[in-house]
Amino acid sequence: MSLAIKIAWSLLNVLVAIAYGLVTYGVVRKTMARIQGRIGPPIYQPFIDLGKVIFLRTATSHGVMFFLGPIFRFVGGVGLFLVLPVIVGVPALENFSFNGDLLLAMYFMFFGSLGMALGAAEGGHPHSPIGIGRGLSQMTSFELPFGLAVVALISVGGSFSVTEIVQRQQELGGVLGWNLFQQPFAAAAAFLALLGMNMYPPFNIVGAPQEIPVGPPTEYNAVFQSLMMSGRSIFAIAKTVMFMDLFLGGATSIPEAFLKTFCIYMWTVFVGAVFPRFRTEQSIRFFLGWPTLAGVVAVLLPLF
Amino acid sequence: MSNKPDLLHGVPEIPAGSVPHANGCDQSCFLGERPDPLSYKEAIQTVKNWFRANSLWVIAYGTGCGSIELRPLGTARFDMERFGIAMRPTPRQSNVLIISGYLSIKSLKRVIRVYEQMPSPKWVVGLGSCTINGGMYWDSYATMKVLDLYLPVDVYIAGCMPRPEALIGGFKELMRMIKNGETKGYIDYIERLDWYRENQKQIIKDWDLPDYSW
Repeated sequence: MSLAIKIAWSLLNVLVAIAYGLVTYGVVRKTMARIQGRIGPPIYQPFIDLGKVIFLRTATSHGVMFFLGPIFRFVGGVGLFLVLPVIVGVPALENFSFNGDLLLAMYFMFFGSLGMALGAAEGGHPHSPIGIGRGLSQMTSFELPFGLAVVALISVGGSFSVTEIVQRQQELGGVLGWNLFQQPFAAAAAFLALLGMNMYPPFNIVGAPQEIPVGPPTEYNAVFQSLMMSGRSIFAIAKTVMFMDLFLGGATSIPEAFLKTFCIYMWTVFVGAVFPRFRTEQSIRFFLGWPTLAGVVAVLLPLF
Repeated sequence: MSNKPDLLHGVPEIPAGSVPHANGCDQSCFLGERPDPLSYKEAIQTVKNWFRANSLWVIAYGTGCGSIELRPLGTARFDMERFGIAMRPTPRQSNVLIISGYLSIKSLKRVIRVYEQMPSPKWVVGLGSCTINGGMYWDSYATMKVLDLYLPVDVYIAGCMPRPEALIGGFKELMRMIKNGETKGYIDYIERLDWYRENQKQIIKDWDLPDYSW
């Protein structure tokens, strides 16, 4: 496959991922509404919101870094998505995965939030740095169990390549070949860390509207906000694709990929639907407790 | 009464001076009433208005007792989210400002600042009698009486207090007006800013706001 065709396919994948992320967010809003006994918005509501903010006019300006913040966030999501193979074996859906893509993916997971932190701090709103401080401290704490889980996968599989990790699971065959069952401790650590990554309750302290107005994006509107909305949707999908590849044995067909990513995403939503919010220090204590222990066990277990 | 030519009972009389069409059809072929096709700009505007009407983001800013009527709108009984209406905690991301009940002169300053920080297009809803004529605070020294003098109001919801159903009715009316392009309040505010400023400064004695809060 020539590079131009590869780029075209990857662009198409990115667009589909953005649309899929928006639909997923609509389903999440509908699900939350049904759990609370409401009718809820139509599932295409995020598209309407996105269309509206694109058409807004803005006169806000806080310097170059302020403009770059949402772009970094968007690039972080797109970058994470582009290094992950959606379906291993189908060149059109493998994006730009290579031998060391897991390392780059780990980097991209931080990249968007850091860029956003730099940009939002430029906005000058006093609540933005508070949100950033909370978000980054929480992120640092859930990166630890997730990092340990990934180290466990790498040490067992002997490869930094997501493609090889997927192939290894598929060679073992069946549902029991998934890392979810082959490495239950690593999976536990990672899926608990995912709760923090997706920022649904109880780990939604970053954008807690009752305490600090939506946190970091307080000053962003119009086209910046549309960038953040699309960036958030593709980041959410990229994360679920990563978890699908690492723990659920990848996917062999497109419907399977949709089903698995949707289930992974809804796991955090259903947990979020029934739990109240943690304070920052509570969430840090949580991530440094059982999830980290599971991660340490996952790393040490193959040694014995 | 339609001007459509009665083609069943003979060809209508062709007006004098009409030029026959190249394919032999004269202007009588085109006499039937046809709506003007939407121009490109109008079509874009219609789409924009549809998006705007179906995604109203309300700034969560309660000025008076009416804000207690806003809270039930989020609950299962009234559920405003089914219309795409959501609460936003920051003026930068909001389109609708609800003046909920009486508005003290002290808050008016903040309200003006919030309104000017909201991105255009933006709309103001006056909730309750207090925003129309002062209501039960008609002789108070501390509240403004007629909201229209200080901010361009698009929809008034009368009552003291209006129930949440009335508020939803007001939202539906606002959505209808946005779809039809009838809301020009935010343009009026810019065009007649001096007039609004004069009125605002008349009741805000300790005026220390900037020329315009971007």
